[in-house]
Amino acid sequence: MAKITFVDVTLRDGNHTYRHQFTPDIVSRTAAALDAAGVDIIEVGHGDGLGGSTVHVGRAPVSDIELIKAATSVVKRAKVGILLLPGFGIFRDLEAAAEAGVTVARVASHSTEADTTEQHIQKARELGMFTVGYLVSAGMASPELLAEEAAKLESYGAQYVNLAESQGHLVPSEVAARVRAVRKAVSIPIGFHPHNNLGLAIGNILAAIDEGVTYIDGSLKGFGGGAGNAQTETVIAALKRAGHEVGTDLFGILDAAQTFADLVAPQPMPVIDNDSILMGYANVYGGYVHPVKHAAKQYNVDPRELIIRLGKRQVVAGQEDAVEDEAQKLARETLLKAA
Amino acid sequence: MTITQNNSRRPLRAAIVGSGNIGTDLMYKLHRNPNFQVVLVAGIDPASEGLARARELGINTSTDGVEGVFQGGSIDVVFEATSAKIHATNAPRYEAAGILAVDLTPAKVGPCVVPSVNLSVNKTANNYNLISCAAQATVPIVHAVSQVVPVSYAEIVATVSSKSIGPGTRHNIEEFTHTTSAALAEVGGAQRGKSLIIVNPANPPVLMRNTIYAVVGKDVDIDPIRASIHRMVADMQRFVPGYQLVVEPFLRDDHVMTTVEVTGAGDFLPKYAGNLDIINAAAVAVAERRLLN
Repeated sequence: MAKITFVDVTLRDGNHTYRHQFTPDIVSRTAAALDAAGVDIIEVGHGDGLGGSTVHVGRAPVSDIELIKAATSVVKRAKVGILLLPGFGIFRDLEAAAEAGVTVARVASHSTEADTTEQHIQKARELGMFTVGYLVSAGMASPELLAEEAAKLESYGAQYVNLAESQGHLVPSEVAARVRAVRKAVSIPIGFHPHNNLGLAIGNILAAIDEGVTYIDGSLKGFGGGAGNAQTETVIAALKRAGHEVGTDLFGILDAAQTFADLVAPQPMPVIDNDSILMGYANVYGGYVHPVKHAAKQYNVDPRELIIRLGKRQVVAGQEDAVEDEAQKLARETLLKAA
Repeated sequence: MTITQNNSRRPLRAAIVGSGNIGTDLMYKLHRNPNFQVVLVAGIDPASEGLARARELGINTSTDGVEGVFQGGSIDVVFEATSAKIHATNAPRYEAAGILAVDLTPAKVGPCVVPSVNLSVNKTANNYNLISCAAQATVPIVHAVSQVVPVSYAEIVATVSSKSIGPGTRHNIEEFTHTTSAALAEVGGAQRGKSLIIVNPANPPVLMRNTIYAVVGKDVDIDPIRASIHRMVADMQRFVPGYQLVVEPFLRDDHVMTTVEVTGAGDFLPKYAGNLDIINAAAVAVAERRLLN
């Protein structure tokens, strides 16, 4: 049975569900509850990490640092972490985060482009942060390719490699194959971050742990891009049932989930809606669920057709503008057909 | 030494320093352009494909780097596609020899230039820096908007094919981001700028796409902005024929959004590498507009 380090991403990935509008109040009260429950790492910020507040993916009402301080000022035991996509976030952002008390930096790239993270992994290490290489959309790369990319992250100084299955596309056997391949290629620990588009987030976690994963991501009420993440409180219960060792208390995490749900009310809890199922099926990045719904409505096109086209186009995270463009194309073609 | 315009009818004598992908593509662009005569391609690796291709075209090559530029004499313009460090060393020597330097590295010895935007105000420099591929593709659009209405913030997203972006950019994302963001403000005319680069590994490779968001406030008339962008796109197409508007500019909330796609000319680099094509095409345009009437 494995000893698991639990990373709660409610206050970062969950910000996607909340259209990046988390306030310092939501962050501080939720972080305090997560800390009291014994979560190991609490990730905070815009859904797209440091510097994520953009016209492109959504502007936040407050700065990254305000959100970070809302967490670091209340947390007693847990480490507070951030996500950084190089280019969205720059050195200055990392430095400011470190100064505000952040001790974990997860530096991300698309799963096949690990070499765009070298500079920022090294920078985070220089700042003394526990530094993680984070591969987005791990289900868009073969196990072999993923293993090569993970090895690069280790060579840059990453202290563990996190496989983020951002589409909720993989089934447990596919997750297992990827973790196995990565396991052979690196000597650092491996983490896993599932999404729940096909209802497999927790099953995939258990499969990943069986292959040697020791860091697990989840979020309260399943808040997160698309259909959402693995629901933290469910994950904790399932890990305990499976006999894995986890430092988070079950009643404590249930309390945290309630605290968070009350803070964001009347925001509906994430559900696996039709668009999300199709995005998981077609391997389309979960963060596009709002842009897809919005564009489908604006241009009066079938969101299902739009999602399938985006899947064929192999868009990656950060191409929100492609949703607009594809919806316009689809609208023109639909008009032509009707004429 | 002052560099004057070439008023004779003879083509400009050009040297290319650096025989990698960029240098080789540039060689083909200059070779088919009647305004230029490529007299030298200088590299350091005798086995480089770029040098072999230069010899096939009957162009002199040298393998001792920049030294070849000063041996033959009478060169009008040197295109440098090496590294920032090497260009910083070479730049004073070009200047002393009266050779115009067009710098495709991030060295920034000379002013940052986007030919359709600010070459006319920087007509007398002896060294020009091409900033970045994303800047060449997006600064013109930001400028087109800021000519019509103040832009308080410009944000661009350049999506490029994984195959078109080399180790130089991959290991210098921080500098790429700073340089491009600064150009949106300093050259494009926005108050602030932010640039994002997205690398897409899809097969077949994606064309370079650039989305530009210009924050202009809610109560603006889109028509003159559109007209200005269309004029700029037409101007860009004079030297980058594959530069195309794919999302017509529109207003959303407080900003204008538009997308341009860049298909390369396919001189040496594949057509999807519009990012490399546009910076080379801009380099050629800078030399032409600086040295020819």
